[in-house]
Amino acid sequence: MAAPDLFFWLCSAVLMLSSVFVVSARSLVHAVFFLILAFLNAAGLFILLGAEFLGMMMLIVYVGAVAVLFLFVVMTLDTGRPGGSLRARLPAALAAGAILLLELAFVAVAGGPGGSPEPLPGGVSNTRALGRLIYTDYAALFELAGAILLVAMIGAIVLAHRYRPGVRRQNPVRQFVRRQGESVRLEDPAVGAGVSEQGR
Amino acid sequence: MLDAVLTVLQVTALILLLVVPLLACVAYLTLAERKVLAAAHRRRGPNVVGPFGLLQPLADGLKMLAKETVIPTRANRVVFVLAPVVMFTLSLAAWAVIPVSERVVLADINVGVLYLFAISSMAVYGIIMAGWASNSKYPFLGALRSAAQMVSYEVSIGFVIVTVVLCAGSLNLTEIVRAQEKIWYVVPLLPMAVVFFISSLAETNRAPFDLPEDEAALVAGYATEYSSMLFLMFFMGEYASMILMSAMGTILFLGGWLPLPGTAALALPGFVWFALKTAFLLFLFLWVRATLPRYRYDQLMRIGWKVFLPLSLAWVVLTAGALVAFDALPGGK
Repeated sequence: MAAPDLFFWLCSAVLMLSSVFVVSARSLVHAVFFLILAFLNAAGLFILLGAEFLGMMMLIVYVGAVAVLFLFVVMTLDTGRPGGSLRARLPAALAAGAILLLELAFVAVAGGPGGSPEPLPGGVSNTRALGRLIYTDYAALFELAGAILLVAMIGAIVLAHRYRPGVRRQNPVRQFVRRQGESVRLEDPAVGAGVSEQGR
Repeated sequence: MLDAVLTVLQVTALILLLVVPLLACVAYLTLAERKVLAAAHRRRGPNVVGPFGLLQPLADGLKMLAKETVIPTRANRVVFVLAPVVMFTLSLAAWAVIPVSERVVLADINVGVLYLFAISSMAVYGIIMAGWASNSKYPFLGALRSAAQMVSYEVSIGFVIVTVVLCAGSLNLTEIVRAQEKIWYVVPLLPMAVVFFISSLAETNRAPFDLPEDEAALVAGYATEYSSMLFLMFFMGEYASMILMSAMGTILFLGGWLPLPGTAALALPGFVWFALKTAFLLFLFLWVRATLPRYRYDQLMRIGWKVFLPLSLAWVVLTAGALVAFDALPGGK
């Protein structure tokens, strides 16, 4: 057995197992850890397919950022397992699974929307090929995806942001431009008069 | 089958060839840190164990190994043990793509920069896992701080990398170094180099951004409950990632293994230059620690999001614009 085959079976086996554990783990935090393991192995599969750019993006975006946020939320809330029995959810879960399976079967039979993958034109790394495609043929769609994400981000900020009066913020620029003359004044009060805020 | 076994053996030997010197560097970096801090304080530093204290790291390591491993009762044992392993492994795994000299690299992959970025963005898991598994207040607070900090500074590191990649026209680290044969990127991209250095301080949780282990507020942050071997792994992981960030800075901005301009006649081998430049950046890490007080947490976040992010984003746009305007965009394969 050649090394790539070995890695393929290793990655897929761990991927399947950890996906099962994501659903069956008792603690939500453990579920997220298994999800991360599944992401890692999916990235490994991408790399084995020769799609090293997608694999690295999987690591950076999903493992490095998205899963960290999941973990954050799950750890700080620590709700435990959501209530309700598994049996009550079974029909919905089965339906979702069946739809996904049908889609996969369709792709397997029809060979995907673009047919079988074509070899890259001579000597171009797939990162470069992907970049050319995204920034030329699909530039409009790419920009649109960016705009949607921006809208989602602004929406989240609008929903989560509260205006709190009375917060004393530090303004570093003002601190830097402050000079001694504006902030310190020397007083020479008369005996028994003292210094008052208003009196100069 | 025999071929596969031979390949595995060969790769293992190469990995050992890289990791063993790296671990020695980690050990002596701890000594260097104490010596530099001592010099800054006008002390002598460790000078009892061996000549000039050179055996001190070995003594420290031995002491750590001989201690008892304490696992708190309410801790999640598996995750608790796994956390330092993750941290340590990741800080070593990144070295697979670092070109120490021309053609001296374990894996010369197309997307080396992205690999480095991916590994450094995963380093946060070691800390979060440690904080959560300890089941104790201070580690958890330290881990949350640390995760927020590392995620924030990754954003600006990402933009710095984008700028360098724009100039070099490749994601391969060897190609990036070769692209600096005319001029090191630290000259045209000086502001980005500074942003990268400061962000790497934050990314490795080093002073003045060592808030995750802020001893005045959080005991020892995520490492509070750790002892013995497990703590040693965190410790070595931190120092290995310091060396890694310095190596990354060397490759991205200081021309990797390329000799200083005007000293090509010396004909020093490439890895010597690489080591010298990395050591210089490491010295900066230690110097900063000896000089600056720790940042307050909100100040740290402010710098990351309100200063570095707009600055690096603007510089990406500026660089791209300049490259297009002067028709200097690197082409090639």
